[in-house]
Amino acid sequence: MSTLSVHDHGVAHHEEGHEHHHDTFLTKYVFSQDHKMIAKQFLITGITMAVIAMLLSILFRIQLAYPDKAFPLLETLLGRFAPEGRLDPEFYLSLVTIHGTIMVFFVLTAGLSGTFSNLLIPLQVGARDMASPFINMLSYWFFLTACIIMLSSFFIQKGPAGAGWTIYPPLSALPTAMKGSGLGMTLWLISMVCFVASSLMGGINYVTTVLNMRTKGMDLWKMPLTIWAFFLTAILGVLSFPVLVAGVVLLIFDRSFGTSFYLSDIVVNGQIMPFEGGSPILFQHLFWFLGHPEVYIVIMPAMGISSEVMSVNSRKPIFGYHAMVYSLIGITVLSFIVWGHHMFITGMNPFLGGVFMITTLIIAVPSAVKTFNWLATLWRGNIRFTPAMLFAIGMVSFFISGGLTGIFLGNAALDINLHDTYFVVAHFHLVMGSAAIFGMLAGVYHWFPKMFGRMMDEKLGYLHFWLTFIGAYLVFFPMHFMGLDGVPRRYYAFTEFASMQRWLSVNMFITWAAIMSACAQVAFLYNFIHSIFWGKKATQNPWQANTLEWTTPVERLHGNWPGELPTVYRWPYDYSKPGAEEDFISQITPLSQTMSSNLPHDFEDNPAGLEALNTWTNTQKANEEVK
Amino acid sequence: MAQTQQEDKINLGGKKFIMWIFIFTSFMLFAALTSGFIVYSGGSGHGLNITLPSSFRYSTIALVISSITLFMASRAAKRLDYDKQQRFLWVTISLGVAFLILQVYGWYTLAYKMHIYLVDPNATRSFVYVMTFLHLLHIIGGIIWLISTLNGSIKRIPQVQNLYRMEMTSIFWHFLDIIWIYLYVFLLLNQ
Repeated sequence: MSTLSVHDHGVAHHEEGHEHHHDTFLTKYVFSQDHKMIAKQFLITGITMAVIAMLLSILFRIQLAYPDKAFPLLETLLGRFAPEGRLDPEFYLSLVTIHGTIMVFFVLTAGLSGTFSNLLIPLQVGARDMASPFINMLSYWFFLTACIIMLSSFFIQKGPAGAGWTIYPPLSALPTAMKGSGLGMTLWLISMVCFVASSLMGGINYVTTVLNMRTKGMDLWKMPLTIWAFFLTAILGVLSFPVLVAGVVLLIFDRSFGTSFYLSDIVVNGQIMPFEGGSPILFQHLFWFLGHPEVYIVIMPAMGISSEVMSVNSRKPIFGYHAMVYSLIGITVLSFIVWGHHMFITGMNPFLGGVFMITTLIIAVPSAVKTFNWLATLWRGNIRFTPAMLFAIGMVSFFISGGLTGIFLGNAALDINLHDTYFVVAHFHLVMGSAAIFGMLAGVYHWFPKMFGRMMDEKLGYLHFWLTFIGAYLVFFPMHFMGLDGVPRRYYAFTEFASMQRWLSVNMFITWAAIMSACAQVAFLYNFIHSIFWGKKATQNPWQANTLEWTTPVERLHGNWPGELPTVYRWPYDYSKPGAEEDFISQITPLSQTMSSNLPHDFEDNPAGLEALNTWTNTQKANEEVK
Repeated sequence: MAQTQQEDKINLGGKKFIMWIFIFTSFMLFAALTSGFIVYSGGSGHGLNITLPSSFRYSTIALVISSITLFMASRAAKRLDYDKQQRFLWVTISLGVAFLILQVYGWYTLAYKMHIYLVDPNATRSFVYVMTFLHLLHIIGGIIWLISTLNGSIKRIPQVQNLYRMEMTSIFWHFLDIIWIYLYVFLLLNQ
């Protein structure tokens, strides 16, 4: 079990020492219970899944750009999924589905939260490990199982699930409806059950660790924004994933046991199905009750990471720390009462639609607060353009340009026109896709030294950033116009519809931009893998940051700090404090050591400290006068 | 040493906290099912229109009593009266199994006596099966937990751990009791 729970038993203590000497390959790298190793496992699995999902997207982008051309290479690669070098239409739908599923769940939920919550929560709150390292380990193994099951669906006769990542019934509930509704869909559901189990175990651990295992002095208002973001993300997950489970359980009953929760009046291949009385809208309610919080599960960790990275690299305190926290809380609460905006065209009562519209638009307020605070943090800072900083700024850029179109889509009257068009595709790929990926990459570049003890190459980082940043805008920006023109998403060949043919040239442009961005990731992958083994050795605190993780030794011990846990005396954003010797003051530096930079508001609940400050200031003044 | 003891305490507390959050997730699952029920019956105009089998009433009573006996077991454990603790744990486990059997008997009555099947064009009736099924899965988990606590007590594991297990099991089992009452009252109100 955990090293913590056995500390005071003599026998167990012996065992623990024993363990340290004989850390086998298996316990150190594979079935590790060390949160830092689990974080790396999540990261590497997440990156692998991201690369796979990206390749899938390139495949269907090729189809969209050249619907009439045959690529014999595709048949060589994909076999029956691309007969005569052209993608099978149903396989196209599977590609879209699996691309979405992997990106939303496996990369941006598990890969992002799994990596950085695991790495940073214990390190930044000053704990030796998670509340339950064992459950934490299980969380990773469930995640890996989910990944393997999801990918295994590419190796079955009928191919992977094809009903879209939202798996709406009836397509997902009738195994005979299409190729992708058969075994592929079953595997999707099994994989997702494993995934939810993994997410819940992770989330429960994160919440517990943040609330129970903060070190001395680390009150909630001294936590870095990263921790606030991971904490609230975990709460979102814990409350919303079980609802998806409920929806999926009912779906499984419909698929396999013949119930009619979601199905009614259905004819498949001229055959009338026995299902009666079900309501497909019920699934949408259950799904989006998870689905909407899910997009905040995706973006909030990215927000937290960007806040931290931007503050460190602007050498300025984050602007509006409390406002940042309250807006995160606001987003968390609001995210549970906006799911109806995904369902405006389901024949929803217009009054209810109006309510959902208002709650949706209110989310613009905390989002804007955060955006303005980021911009204000940059304002007149001593900005260091490290790759992490560039990605954090990129995240803000995508969040703004994707967020603006959210205001369009949140309006019921506009959404009825824009629903399921490329406008939606453009919106969410910018605001939660690119933004969250950029937040994640910012985190990778920033905490790479903490994870691997080495630095990543900056030049390759810049190359990676600029190509990806420009590439992502070139890919997603034109899609807005396609959507405004009424081009629906998920269509296989634009040549089949007269109204869509004029967009073929744009599609070709987008595809080439996507290929360029994909190539840019090679720079990242090379940099990442090369730096793990041969990167420049990192110092203990390479970015001169204040937070606790940089007070641990570079060697990354199990238990994090060699001696006692550090005590926290101040908030994490004392950058460029007037009067201080350096432009950063670590959280573990007591106020008594920084007399020249202390301010009256540092002693809000501490009259004795305030008195000491006043005495000190008066003495200084007196000395000045003597001179 | 004081420091490490402190850490140890915090960590056990953390594990208890994990249990509470797990209960939240579990509650959300059942809350989602009951809301699904409401959305469905509101949208389709279907009601349950059945009288729930009487065995659900008896199973409720069994489960409530099992909560009381579990409480007695906890109290006995705190007073270092291990024999009494084990006796009450046995009673609790038996009541748990009785609940399980009564629920299954309830399904039997529903299906064979009342001809109300899982597959029904009125999905509110399918909901009865799904809710009881998912709750029963939790009950099976709870019984396994009770058995491991009993096993620990028989093996005379250290009192700290014994109490800790007792407490964790109690939280979970009382929660299952409350959730079942919630589901049962919900179904009664909708029948």
